[in-house]
Amino acid sequence: MGWQRICRLDELPVQGSRVIERSAHSGGNVAVFRTASDRVLALLDRCPHKGGPLSQGIVYGESVACPLHNWSIDLNTGCALAPDEGCTQRFATRIDSGTVYIDLDAGARAPADPRPVEQVGADD
Amino acid sequence: MERMKLVMVGNGMAGVRTLEELLKLAPDLYDITVFGAEPYANYNRILLSPVLAGEQTIDDIMLNGVEWYAQNGITLHLGKTITRIDRIRRRVETADGMTADYDRLLLATGSNPVIIPLPGHKLPGVITYRDIHDTHALIDATAQFQNAVVIGGGLLGLEAANGLKLRGMNVTVVHLADWLMERQLDRTAGNLLQRSLEARGLAFRIKAQTRELLAAPSEQGGRVCAVRLVNSDGVEEILPADLVVMAVGIRPNTALAEAAGLQCSPNRPGGIMVDDTLQTFDPRIYAIGECVSHRGLVYGLVAPLFDMAKVCANHLALHGIGRYQGSVTATKLKVTGIDMFSAGDFSGGDECEEIVLSDPFGGIYKKLVIKDDKLIGGVLYGDTVDGSWYFKLLRSGRKIGDLRDRLMFGEANLGDTGHQGQSRALTMADADEVCGCNGVCKGAIVKAIKEKGLFTLEEVRKQTKASSSCGSCTGLVEQLLMATAGGDYSAAPKKKAICGCTEQTHQEARDAIRNNHLLTIPDTMHALHWRTPDGCATCRPALNYYLLSTWPHEARDDPQSRFINERAHANIQKDGTFSVIPRMWGGETNSSELRRIADVVDKYQIRTVKVTGGQRIDLLGVKKQDLPAVWKDLDMPSGHAYAKALRTVKTCVGSDWCRFGTQDSTQMGKDLERALWRMYAPHKVKLAVSGCPRNCAESGIKDVGVIGVESGWEIYVAGNGGIKTEVAQFLVRVKTSAEVLEYAGAFLQLYREEGWYLERTVHYVGRVGLDYVKKIIVEDADARRALHERLQFALDGEPDPWHEPQRAGVDQRQFAPLVAETVQA
Repeated sequence: MGWQRICRLDELPVQGSRVIERSAHSGGNVAVFRTASDRVLALLDRCPHKGGPLSQGIVYGESVACPLHNWSIDLNTGCALAPDEGCTQRFATRIDSGTVYIDLDAGARAPADPRPVEQVGADD
Repeated sequence: MERMKLVMVGNGMAGVRTLEELLKLAPDLYDITVFGAEPYANYNRILLSPVLAGEQTIDDIMLNGVEWYAQNGITLHLGKTITRIDRIRRRVETADGMTADYDRLLLATGSNPVIIPLPGHKLPGVITYRDIHDTHALIDATAQFQNAVVIGGGLLGLEAANGLKLRGMNVTVVHLADWLMERQLDRTAGNLLQRSLEARGLAFRIKAQTRELLAAPSEQGGRVCAVRLVNSDGVEEILPADLVVMAVGIRPNTALAEAAGLQCSPNRPGGIMVDDTLQTFDPRIYAIGECVSHRGLVYGLVAPLFDMAKVCANHLALHGIGRYQGSVTATKLKVTGIDMFSAGDFSGGDECEEIVLSDPFGGIYKKLVIKDDKLIGGVLYGDTVDGSWYFKLLRSGRKIGDLRDRLMFGEANLGDTGHQGQSRALTMADADEVCGCNGVCKGAIVKAIKEKGLFTLEEVRKQTKASSSCGSCTGLVEQLLMATAGGDYSAAPKKKAICGCTEQTHQEARDAIRNNHLLTIPDTMHALHWRTPDGCATCRPALNYYLLSTWPHEARDDPQSRFINERAHANIQKDGTFSVIPRMWGGETNSSELRRIADVVDKYQIRTVKVTGGQRIDLLGVKKQDLPAVWKDLDMPSGHAYAKALRTVKTCVGSDWCRFGTQDSTQMGKDLERALWRMYAPHKVKLAVSGCPRNCAESGIKDVGVIGVESGWEIYVAGNGGIKTEVAQFLVRVKTSAEVLEYAGAFLQLYREEGWYLERTVHYVGRVGLDYVKKIIVEDADARRALHERLQFALDGEPDPWHEPQRAGVDQRQFAPLVAETVQA
């Protein structure tokens, strides 16, 4: 599938997130986050702890606090912050001329480098 | 850029803790070099007594092995004593000529045991008790010799005596003062302690002065062989002694600092003088731990030293936030089987009141000292379960008037839930559950404390999750800390910051917002020097509440700084669906509402319909996308069951129907609910109105409980039916419904303006005292009316988020999923 368009940057709430719905069969929902500094990051919408919907958590810095039991998950790596342990799947995103794209291919994992793939034109 | 050089002299607990804190804040700022005079890495000095007693080994008490230093890039020199500081060249030198340059120097030289210059004090067999070396020397001596004399009946002396006794020696303790541990115990407790130590086979010479240490003839090795003393009757006595332990106190080790010309306290016991940032008179040199004199006091217990470490690390990290302002300390004797605890000023005095429980035959003695309605000190002997609780009351400076009649019987008497009513951690089995919320058993906590070297409640919470949710097991966890980590564990700091993003307390943040007319979260964070760019999930909701409650209609709500329930205006459930509870005024409903609810349940296939404890109907399992439509179809106001806000006013049927009813409680409840709904608060708020003292609406466990009596209404406040059942306290009796509205409203507004975020009314009133509340709400009519008016002003025009989402700032985008569309590459 490769890059898919999801929305314009301004359709994502700052310090918030929205959800791409997917059936459990195709891997489950994906949460797309926008940080205070306008970075866009995407994770599987499942906390590694007890499966809570991360999309509903409070976004701060480059982390999200799971709404169920307040685990903090690093949006760059998908991994829980110490002392909690566990990771959820990451998805690559990019912003091009104010439009947000995502790569939902399960095979094309997000890069190990925690920095975003490309961030161009994140100007609106 | 080249990194700055930090050199630390001394390798003890306080110093290494400072490094740990520093590495957390600024891992790359310094190249760190540590010089330790002892040949060991960092160990828990507090636990030398159990090692001497044969209960633990040296390995058990290591905190950071040499590999820790390597992992953190710290250069460690063991067995190297620094003998000179060259402040001009900024260089330190060891005895064997090694040098190291510094940009910052941290002195953590600890303290030295005091040696009384008695004749014979240099004889072989006369030792102090301070470090691993001494401990080994003592253990070796027990293998060869029979008779030991310990000079000094303080904490350290008694622990040494006990250890030697357990290893089979005959031990006599010679003590100069009138009773044992006179700095930590009063006479009664000191005598009880002496009796139980005597029962273990220790001998004592109290009020006795040591005169001389006598040597064996040189052909027998010239070792010490006896102690000559004058006993309390003024009679001279000679005690056989192959081993003499000097445990008469410790003195800050300031020789190095003094030689370098750093100011040291001229008063006994000395100490390197530091300011509230732990800086010495040389701005490049900091000092920490037992070697410092802070505001004229020297601390020897670990809790204050760790408080210092935090502050010192912060300044070394160039954050420049935080001051160390002194500590109140508590002591517990680490002799297995002897329970003794003391804290604060326990000697009392003219202006103090004392509550004493004394059962000398049962071996139990408790004394609490109270001044100005506050606990200022206490001694517990034989039963120390409540030590940590008393210590907390003491440090918080909380008024104890409301607890006074139960104070002596301890916190367990106040009734917690979630751990089978257990209140004595030490009698619990390893598999017993301590924390009922997170399912943590005693064994797991003890293991974490031992293996990870935890010292504070916060650390235990972080590592194990125990006591991190509802907090009802905090007392148990503190007991485990005391028992496992050593006697003087570190309790939660006196001044508790909101979260890791800031040094500010809730009160300081509240005050700053009011005094500086701050209106937004970013402005507040900027003004108060937040360490993080946009806070965290703990501080942002608190600040958002403080802004809105302080500046109604001026500050703007930030939904992104609210927990999901208050953002989506429904309660999130474990499967990610939501529950919806519509408002039913006073718990009363009718056929058309019930029909609409039934239709909604069918239309949206809502799985569970449940009647709540607050007399409402809960629809569980609603998908987030359906929420706006569900609200619209229900056509009932939001029940705010999801918010830190007025939840429900529960009522009984009252005089309208009930043959016992004295007042129309249902109407009163409806009026209260209509007057107070949409009211956000520091935490959830629940009310109840009963029509007679039979109290069918359970007004006695509500934030505000109203009970109808023949002549009017009684108002009770600060009850709670949750974790710890708290009975509401009587506030006032009034005649009319209008007065009920005014008094209840004024009380809640006071709580809204002064409560800390997530503080229930019971804790708020506990903190400020019921007398304070009464003074404002009952005795000062003008203040009461003003509060009531401010509440009405704040609530005026407040929208219903279910039906006026635009005005309420509800982000509608959250209810619509995104769709990913494939595009041409």
